Amino acid sequence: MSEMPTLAVQPRRLRAALAATPGVAYILLLLVVAFGMTSKDFLSGANLLNIGMQSAILLMLALPMTFVIMSEGLDISLGALLTLCSVVLALMLVRGNGLPVALAAAVAVGLAFGLANGLLVSVVNVPPFVATLGTMGMAQGLALAVTDGQSVVGISEYVQPIYEGGIFGVPIPLAFALGSYALSHWLLYHTRFGSYVFAIGGNREALVLAGVRANLYHIGIYVFGGCMAGMAALLLTARTNSGHPTAAIGMEFDAIVAVAVGGTSFERGDGWLFGTVLGVFAVGVMRNGLNLLGVPSSLQVVSIGLLVIVALFVDGLKRRP
Amino acid sequence: MSVSLALRHRFSAGAVALGYRLVVVIAMCAALALASDAFFTESNLINVLRQAALLFLIASGLTLVILTAGLDLSVAANLGMSACLVASVLKSTGSPLLGMLTGIGSGVAIGCTNGLLVTALRLPPFIATYGMLWVLHGLSYYYMAGGTIYGFPPGFREIGSGYLFGVPIPIYLMFLFLAIGWFFTARTTYGQEIYAIGANPTAARLSGIPVKRRLVLVYAVSGGMAGLAALVYLARLNSAEADIGEPLLLPAVAACVIGGASLFGGVGTISGTLVGALILTLVLNGMNLLQVNANWQPFVTGVIVLAGVWIDMVTRKRTEDRL
Repeated sequence: MSEMPTLAVQPRRLRAALAATPGVAYILLLLVVAFGMTSKDFLSGANLLNIGMQSAILLMLALPMTFVIMSEGLDISLGALLTLCSVVLALMLVRGNGLPVALAAAVAVGLAFGLANGLLVSVVNVPPFVATLGTMGMAQGLALAVTDGQSVVGISEYVQPIYEGGIFGVPIPLAFALGSYALSHWLLYHTRFGSYVFAIGGNREALVLAGVRANLYHIGIYVFGGCMAGMAALLLTARTNSGHPTAAIGMEFDAIVAVAVGGTSFERGDGWLFGTVLGVFAVGVMRNGLNLLGVPSSLQVVSIGLLVIVALFVDGLKRRP
Repeated sequence: MSVSLALRHRFSAGAVALGYRLVVVIAMCAALALASDAFFTESNLINVLRQAALLFLIASGLTLVILTAGLDLSVAANLGMSACLVASVLKSTGSPLLGMLTGIGSGVAIGCTNGLLVTALRLPPFIATYGMLWVLHGLSYYYMAGGTIYGFPPGFREIGSGYLFGVPIPIYLMFLFLAIGWFFTARTTYGQEIYAIGANPTAARLSGIPVKRRLVLVYAVSGGMAGLAALVYLARLNSAEADIGEPLLLPAVAACVIGGASLFGGVGTISGTLVGALILTLVLNGMNLLQVNANWQPFVTGVIVLAGVWIDMVTRKRTEDRL
């Protein structure tokens, strides 16, 4: 069959093209247009850069969360873990350690919690949301206990430039975001680990029967999340120049929403890493736009909750024949 | 015949498990009595029971959800939202009755919404209720706008801080709902259907159980119990803030899990959850008496949740191996 010259002649083809475009693209476009019309500051270059900067930390949680959700898991400890890592980083710096040592300590804490999550989920077979609910409580509790509920302040001056400075003109948070995406993309699409992430979500048993040490890779997914939380702690700490014991509580929810909106499925091993980037932007645009409209942050959470319900509902519709 | 055998097996196994847990409770009481002079005093013991009562009220509803292999992560946020609504109704009308109706009503309404998200929209229960947690959290903060509502009518405060024959009212409520919960789960068809749904949803559907309606019921009950617990909590604290419910989520899950409710559904009892609530309260009370910084409580509760789940995994494995 020869191709028709225009789309108008073939409405079916147009419809197919529209259906093939992932939902997140529409959501993002809709949000940008809506906020662009209601707020004159929204589309300014400074504001768009601002959205990118604010989204960097979220992206660093959402990328590993994509891996976790692809493997049919969930990690609700990431927000509390990021908070704990930031507190550890701040405490180490205040006590006079150098930045490399402090960052290594933060990443080590993240790694330890990721390892605990991975062991619980893969070896002990605890349902992921319960395992990470438990470690979430532990991380939150530790953050409160080591700081006695107070902010850690008095960090020497040279940490803040990490958030505000740039490398070759690229703001450092954006460089972190790009680096994290490149690393995640490479891990997911160009390594054996990545193929097994899909396989664990699709059919873990088949993987085990094929002689793959699935537990090892399964643990690796959660360890990756923990390490990324440790790295993101650097940006979080630098942004406020302090470590606050509730700073990022609940950020995992934004990350889960970003992944869900980005089109990664909760019930089978498939997903799209770049979709998560778009999902993070959708969440960032939503928060920023609502901010400009003067909507309090309490109601922003509500609208993000509604966003995830819509996204999951659409995912459910697609699943049905 | 085989069904009744299976049931008998389950109940006797349940009795053994409950026995183990009661031994733990007694051992903990003995250890705490040795460690601290303040433990075995009337006021402290009543305090423990009172705290366990509040926890049990939330956790008993949650147990039903866990029996269906679901989870309601929104119970604590539901409690917080309901408490804020009750507080403002009490303030504006001064009527304890209206306040109570508001609490139960908002709890049930939120629970029904969870149920519909899970059944009609087919969202995974933990995602639906986790989303609900943050939505309610945001709504409560917006509604309270950073403020506190305090000072409620004495008639209302009786629910949380009143006494009858020297025993606090919440403890009567605990035993009342233990009786209702036991009767509902062990002696009614509804209860048996809930166990069946948790054990094998497909089999339950094929044998004619209206699975979706039962699930909505279970989430509604869980929400309603959170609303009831909100009344007790509010009446005792005599003040409401937006984040009033937040610290109760982990303890509620912990009470169910160490009470023997399996997260895979179909296994667990209301009386087990009561003992679970007692164990957790004893741990936290013991930490208080031994002057451990209260900031450690979420950490310890998290460890207890994981320990409880781990015990469940090990016993399941053993049972499966035996079969």
